[in-house]
Amino acid sequence: MQPLRSVRSKTVVLPLTNVDTDQIIPARFLTTTTKEGLGRQLFSDWRYRADGAPNPDFVLNRPEALGCEVLVAGRNFGCGSSREHAPWALLDYGIRAVISTEIADIFRGNALKNGLLPVTVDESTAAWLLAHPGAAVTVDLETSRLTLPTGVSIEFHIEAFARHCLLHGIDELGYLRSKLPEIERYEAMHAGP
Amino acid sequence: MAPSTLFEKIWKAHEVVPETAETPAVLYIDLHLVHEVTSPQAFSALRSLRLPVRRTDRTLATMDHSTPTLSDQVFGRVPIKVDAAARQVRQLEQNAAEFGMELFDLKDARRGIVHVISPELGASRPGMTIVCGDSHTSTHGAFGALAFGIGSTEVGHVLATQCLLQRKPKTFAVNVEGRLPPGVTAKDLILAIIGKIGVSGGTGHVFEYRGSTIRALSMEERMTVCNMSIEAGARAGMIAPDGTTYEYLQGRPRAPSGRDWDLAVARWAELKSDAGAVFDCSVAIDAGAIEPMITYGTNPGMVVPITASIPDSAGDAVADKALGYMGFRGGDAMLGKPVNTVFIGSCTNGRLEDLRAAATVLKGRKVAAGVHLLIVPGSQQVKRDAEAAGLAEIFKTAGADWRESGCSMCLGMNGDTVAPGQYSLSTSNRNFEGRQGAGARTLLASPLTAAASAVRGRITDPREML
Repeated sequence: MQPLRSVRSKTVVLPLTNVDTDQIIPARFLTTTTKEGLGRQLFSDWRYRADGAPNPDFVLNRPEALGCEVLVAGRNFGCGSSREHAPWALLDYGIRAVISTEIADIFRGNALKNGLLPVTVDESTAAWLLAHPGAAVTVDLETSRLTLPTGVSIEFHIEAFARHCLLHGIDELGYLRSKLPEIERYEAMHAGP
Repeated sequence: MAPSTLFEKIWKAHEVVPETAETPAVLYIDLHLVHEVTSPQAFSALRSLRLPVRRTDRTLATMDHSTPTLSDQVFGRVPIKVDAAARQVRQLEQNAAEFGMELFDLKDARRGIVHVISPELGASRPGMTIVCGDSHTSTHGAFGALAFGIGSTEVGHVLATQCLLQRKPKTFAVNVEGRLPPGVTAKDLILAIIGKIGVSGGTGHVFEYRGSTIRALSMEERMTVCNMSIEAGARAGMIAPDGTTYEYLQGRPRAPSGRDWDLAVARWAELKSDAGAVFDCSVAIDAGAIEPMITYGTNPGMVVPITASIPDSAGDAVADKALGYMGFRGGDAMLGKPVNTVFIGSCTNGRLEDLRAAATVLKGRKVAAGVHLLIVPGSQQVKRDAEAAGLAEIFKTAGADWRESGCSMCLGMNGDTVAPGQYSLSTSNRNFEGRQGAGARTLLASPLTAAASAVRGRITDPREML
């Protein structure tokens, strides 16, 4: 994985709470056996009309959303299914960071394993971001700070090991495999459940 | 020793390396369940690193999410209708053969929804850690196991090392006391709990369901409750094992037997939260006050007693969007609203007791004209049992569509979908927009409510028909 230090971008705002992974990528697109190319189907049922034409009212279809790499959403983003296709679809589309007051557990873990930054902020920061679509923000992983165009800078928390792996481009599986001697010792001591 | 919770005991027993400020714990996984939808990318990762599946004896694969439910397609008499699903099925067959994994394939008599077959086999047992690339893995917590859903990258981690990197979650006691009234089921209980806690109230926590109500539930009812823990944001939900658990497990194909059984039961008896154990959070639920529940919106927390009316959105844009999607208005009564499709099945309510409950309502009655009642057993074993018990005959006589097992219309991956704009009363777990098909409007309820509503063609209080 490529090291990831920061994301600087304008925001695109999805002012909805409890955005579930079925909305991010509907189940009918999970029949793929690869990770690639899911960006086209990101938010498919909101982004396209029944006839397949883009829905002009949906935020991602507005001209100002073009090139935005930071998605701001309401509380509890990424709830529901464990499908890793959700962060794959967001990344394939071009989103590199998601900001919300709360991000669902499984989605958060999946996002971190793919280099999509889950950024949790307080209510007032979230309210400001929701009210200012297109704000140019910096999500800096090295300092764990989110900087708003007003100059306000807020610290966010990303689990220490995931942060370390992202900053240095380390694959977590490599680390886990380095623990194989400990795993074998554990297995020798615990014959069966 | 300080008193500890059930969760803490299981966590501690599976720490290969404990967590530190810098690194998460290396947690040992006793059982890894694999299915066709979330595993292909994990096997590709293994292949590119030239790694084997490290413990094939702790890995169990089946196909359920995208599989057909029509017999001709299941048993190969005609091709699988959904091409991409057929490819996924073949891919899992190929991966299982290449990596030497046990696979319950389409024609296997033991096949079914992964969260139905593992308990059925006696493979899900107290004290275990169980994972699967599926958020409803929380189901297995009913046995006093720590069971949770993971993403595909983590599926690869477990295949390669039999371990996961995990931060220790917090604990949340869900205390339920009292007796569930007649006509009120485990499904109504968990919907009421989600309604109270909210869809993100459990984020970062593991639930332990406790109290007299939980102790009185059967294993299948406990599975229904634990299954929907994720719908309140909790990755896992668990129930301490007891006599009900042991009785369910004894004699199952993969449960220990003879002297091993006695030793196992002695070990399992320790698996409970100690008196004085401290939970990070707790909630108290009065079971006696619960009514049959039904959802009205687009997440499982938007739920009311069936006799209630829809809460006013009070100008909340998100609630307005949900009601708009559903075609409902605040103040509308739920009872009497028309339904087009009724789905009885899924890892939440696709077990034999669920089908028995539906049959008590459907016996001697007919499905209303114009309503499609789809009944999909959770496993081939459930199907055989339901047929042997005469339930399938009751369903067919009532006019229901009786199928082979699978996830089916819960998420519509296999082509079993609800048409745009149609109302589907479903015993599954998610009423998200488009969950059962683009534009489909889902109402979640119990098998009793589903059966009663299928008969009337309208949302019906099942207590009127018992």
